Amino acid sequence: MSILHAIFQPGLFSNSSVQDAAIVGAVVALVCAPVGVFTVVRGQSFAGHAFADITATGGSAAFLLGVSPLLGFVVMALAGASATELLGTERQRGRDLATGVVLGAGLGLSALLLYLTTTTQSTTGAAVTVLFGSIFAVSTSTLPLVIGFGVSALFLVGLVYRPLLLSSINPDLASAQGLGHRAVGLIYMVSLALSVALSALTIGAILSTALLIGPAATALRLAKSPGRAIACAALIGVAATWAGIVLAYDSYNWPPAQQGWPVSFFVVSLVLAAYLLAQLTGRRARQGQAQ
Amino acid sequence: MTTSGEPASAQAPAPSGEPPALEVEDLWARLSGHEILRGVSFSVAAGSLTGLIGENGAGKTTLLRAILGLLPISSGEVRVARGHLGRRSIGYVPQKVVLDPDLPVRARDLVELGADGRRLGIPMRSSAKRAFVDQLLQAVDASHLADARVGALSGGEQQRVLIAHALASQPELLLLDEPLASLDPRSTQETASLLGRIARERKVGVLLSTHDINPLLPVMDRVVYLAAGRAVSGRTEEVVRSDVLSALYHHHVDVFHAHGRVLVSVGEEEGEQGCERGPDDCADPQSASVENAVAGPPRAATVAGPGRP
Repeated sequence: MSILHAIFQPGLFSNSSVQDAAIVGAVVALVCAPVGVFTVVRGQSFAGHAFADITATGGSAAFLLGVSPLLGFVVMALAGASATELLGTERQRGRDLATGVVLGAGLGLSALLLYLTTTTQSTTGAAVTVLFGSIFAVSTSTLPLVIGFGVSALFLVGLVYRPLLLSSINPDLASAQGLGHRAVGLIYMVSLALSVALSALTIGAILSTALLIGPAATALRLAKSPGRAIACAALIGVAATWAGIVLAYDSYNWPPAQQGWPVSFFVVSLVLAAYLLAQLTGRRARQGQAQ
Repeated sequence: MTTSGEPASAQAPAPSGEPPALEVEDLWARLSGHEILRGVSFSVAAGSLTGLIGENGAGKTTLLRAILGLLPISSGEVRVARGHLGRRSIGYVPQKVVLDPDLPVRARDLVELGADGRRLGIPMRSSAKRAFVDQLLQAVDASHLADARVGALSGGEQQRVLIAHALASQPELLLLDEPLASLDPRSTQETASLLGRIARERKVGVLLSTHDINPLLPVMDRVVYLAAGRAVSGRTEEVVRSDVLSALYHHHVDVFHAHGRVLVSVGEEEGEQGCERGPDDCADPQSASVENAVAGPPRAATVAGPGRP
């Protein structure tokens, strides 16, 4: 019992910012699961990471303007998605180069905006919040926005689920069925941008791909069918964010400053731990089959 | 010589008397400024298997893509039988499909997407759908692979699952781009006879491209021979002849029959090989196989003689 008390410290469940964080974490993990699985299957993790970096620019601008960072994240992620689609060369290499250039420019702009924020306003910690996030800093008034964006992303992915899956498996098979890549790809890009923005709110802009890619990559090791992979990624994502919240709450008593460790650190570490565990068990299972 | 050879008229009715699943008439197509197809005509009857033979670069993939409607055609006509839904119904197995071993997609998922990959919304489970997929997997001898990841299957197994995927839309016409390439000899033979069986039992017109004619000899009803954008078509013995192919290539071409296999030898210059008067004058067909550009390396005589059982 004392161990349970040590883990779930008094006040955990009654703390309102913990409650909000738990809701935000669950929504974000549930949205990231299907989008992340498609991102991994399509091999577009780099595009996901680029959007994440670009969202930092939006987050910094939001701080400067004094609006909700989520709005900044979403606007910039959508802008990044449309820029990628407009540049959208067919060649993988050309696309990667264009993405790399755009994300570099975005981070540079973000550096300027953060500088302006910290010098013109007396806010400290804007940079840390934008880049590394804090799920505890999400205000209750942002909750409807989080849920709204989350439901929109899920709706879009659900709408094009089968054409998207087929074109992710093999574009030739999709075009043989008369499916245009363009429309399906664009809808996927929008839902990717939305989930990256939501993830940026939870664990910070530059870490947000961890929540997108990590659970999905782990799920691909464990599950054989697309539906199960998404369910598995959702489970891992929700578990990692909730456990991260609990650990961060515990860490308020931890050294050195007794101010609590960053929740993003715990979430990302737990996602990595799940991935490594799946990697190990997967290898053991394959060796077992070989024998 | 016309593009559709005299002994091999494109409009000749198929032996079975089935309606055509595909009619191609005087098809011209260009790709980035180059004329790839120059007046190709042939037809594929329902329930029959046609081999599309030609070397690399002869225009096989371009022809298949033009039939699929993925490529604008300059002139000519492509008529595909209308399916039960009134839509142009073509099943297609592309060339060299790479399926990653990590894909969380089972064989049954891929076959299911062949039936409803165009639909919007999240798929719902149903026993009817499951039975339909099981029946297709059974038709390609892949029932035991239903729950395996597609990326983990062997080349021959993947090919069979892709054929089931293509059949899931219940097409009148099945197109396959080099389905026998990079398969081991045994899978090559199995896949060829599987396609022959699918054509007959499901009354589908099957058109498959290959650079090696030999695995198809036992199962092929007709052949379309493509060279530099022109084609001759007809029954194998009408087309795969020295005089017909020489006219197609504008070069002297030798055709040898040895151990139930066909060796087609396209000379660099007319008369270079010294057996230009035809196969009968060439003393040692095996020695000519060194020159063989089309038929691939000689294998053990696993191929039975031409003609279907």
